[in-house]
Amino acid sequence: MTDNRFFNRSEFIGILVLAVFLVVILPLTLDVFRLNLVAKYLTYAFVALGLVICWGYGGILSLGQGVFFGLGGYCMAMFLKLEASSVENTKIQSTPGIPDFMDWNQITTLPLFWKPFSSLTFTIAAIVLVPGIFALIIGTAMFKRRVGGTYFAIITQAVAAILTILIVGQQGYTGGINGMTDLRTLKGWDIRPDHAKIVLYFFEVGLLFACIMIAQFVRHSKLGRILVAMREKEDRVRFSGYSVANFKIFAFCIAAVFAAIGGAMFALNVGFMSPSFVGIVPSIEMVIYTAVGGRLSILGAVYGTLLVNFAKTSLSETFPELWLFGLGGLFIAVVLAFPNGLAGIWGDYVQPRIDRLISSRKPKPDGWTDSSVADGAPAE
Amino acid sequence: MFGDYSIGDLGSIFVMQGFAGLILFSVYVLMALGLAIIFGQMGVINMAHGEFMILGAYVTWMTSNLFQTYLPSLFSGYFFLAMILAFVASGALGMLVEWVLIRHLYKRPLDTLLATWGLSLMLQQAYRSVFGAREVGVELPQWMLGSLHVTDSIEVPINGVFVMCLTVLITIGVAYVMYKSRWGRQVRAVVQNRIMAGAVGINTEKVDRYTFGLGCGIAGVAGSAFTMIGSTGPTSGQLYIVDTFLVVVFGGAASLIGTIASAFSISQTQSTLEFFMSGSMAKVLTLLAVVGILMLRPQGLFALKVRK
Repeated sequence: MTDNRFFNRSEFIGILVLAVFLVVILPLTLDVFRLNLVAKYLTYAFVALGLVICWGYGGILSLGQGVFFGLGGYCMAMFLKLEASSVENTKIQSTPGIPDFMDWNQITTLPLFWKPFSSLTFTIAAIVLVPGIFALIIGTAMFKRRVGGTYFAIITQAVAAILTILIVGQQGYTGGINGMTDLRTLKGWDIRPDHAKIVLYFFEVGLLFACIMIAQFVRHSKLGRILVAMREKEDRVRFSGYSVANFKIFAFCIAAVFAAIGGAMFALNVGFMSPSFVGIVPSIEMVIYTAVGGRLSILGAVYGTLLVNFAKTSLSETFPELWLFGLGGLFIAVVLAFPNGLAGIWGDYVQPRIDRLISSRKPKPDGWTDSSVADGAPAE
Repeated sequence: MFGDYSIGDLGSIFVMQGFAGLILFSVYVLMALGLAIIFGQMGVINMAHGEFMILGAYVTWMTSNLFQTYLPSLFSGYFFLAMILAFVASGALGMLVEWVLIRHLYKRPLDTLLATWGLSLMLQQAYRSVFGAREVGVELPQWMLGSLHVTDSIEVPINGVFVMCLTVLITIGVAYVMYKSRWGRQVRAVVQNRIMAGAVGINTEKVDRYTFGLGCGIAGVAGSAFTMIGSTGPTSGQLYIVDTFLVVVFGGAASLIGTIASAFSISQTQSTLEFFMSGSMAKVLTLLAVVGILMLRPQGLFALKVRK
């Protein structure tokens, strides 16, 4: 495999290993319940992937990725909810044909913004466009005025807070704190039985690899190099004639769209959507997945997400008291000791040994040492 | 929404809600003063600031319990001691955190956000293990309850006025320390140029530690005031952290006056709107307005004119 626009040789091997792990090893070794858990974790990997581009490469820390995850998820959930509340299914309500939570909140007609979500085509377009346009607006407003760094992080956090309060407060339109539950079918195809879960898992893995390819393409393109240059010395890039704001907006939008795809897959795989995946706490946890995996590593984001979530599930099942201590300690340890996360450990300690093993047997081929951490240390 | 009320009623509503918002204002100002020092001056994003505040609230709660059990005769004055203890406890914890964690991260401000978020999770779990998951309420002494009758339709809660006065005193104290004292000059020198400040003989490590401790200590006092408007639980602090950051950013990060002005406008807007609509919508509208204004004027209300 020669170098091309998507990956070089070592990255190709890395992607191949991940593909074997997700497509062959996990489905063969896990039962359907556990596989569905992995599918749930992988939805966060989309967000982490977006953050690698936006935060790792672009240096823009967004603490509001839960907003986009939530927007995507709610778009999908609205479609599924409408299908689940057909007139036959909701005969016992005082107004049949509308979602159950609207009926409980004395709403008698379907609100206007719900109506287009009865079409799957519109829903799929909305999953990509709604968060994309929202990110475009926020990004344009902030980056054109050269707001960045910590200020941007705080404002995205405020946006996450606003959206959560809004969703919880307007429970007649959104399902409130419980969210949209009891999602059943997609175009008449039941999403709840085991075989559907397996199909959805493979579909999701396919989408994930599509997103990984897009991320790889961005990374190897001129765009990716400008993003890194911008992170390191923003003024120099600006003085060279590039519009820094537009590159930042692009990175932010692509991260938002990835997060939204993850959210939509979440609604499909888990069968509900609630504001607890929108707010500040989940948004920061998503940043942590990226940090643990390595903020500069596209594949690291996937491994980081899986690792933290496995740890969370097993620790909080067995030692609920210890879990928060463990998670908190993990954040601090990653930031203090391993700023490049798992990928950094791999690149610093494991890869050189493998290289030495191989090079002792045969001469080193070109481009072999080009590991993902070669982009240098993170900014600031 | 204003149509159902007469002009006189509206005036009373605004005054009453305004005074009701005083305690919220005081909590915001005290929280934001601490953050303005830590974030505005040192550049550290302290996501655990709410947990330092809650530590102060728990200290106040413990002090009130102690007084109730052992010194019921002095109960009316416990609040003063509680505030001092809250300041000392939060300040000491802050200095410890600075020594263990923050001092390694001054060159990476965005990373302080992640590390202090981890710290806040650990503190929350620590509170839950020590004090229990249930929220606790503090009993106020008799003289703080009740309210002053100004006119027939306007009543002012006494504890609000009391906390307000304290806030003013603390603010003046902080302003004096930061802008008039020798130590405050050292703090500002370290912030402007750490290396040069060290070169002219300032012990920058010591200045950093005390500055961080001061910011956290003020958060502890904010926790004392907080016990009057809400019950104290392990995660209560988290609800305030975003609001507080917005207060600091909205005011202009390095400006004390801006911080006070923005705390006042945000708390009063929220408190007034709460009378006319549900609390959550009042909060959404307030936050939206703040974010909207910040998008138009990212440097905040009172920005220092500096060339960057």
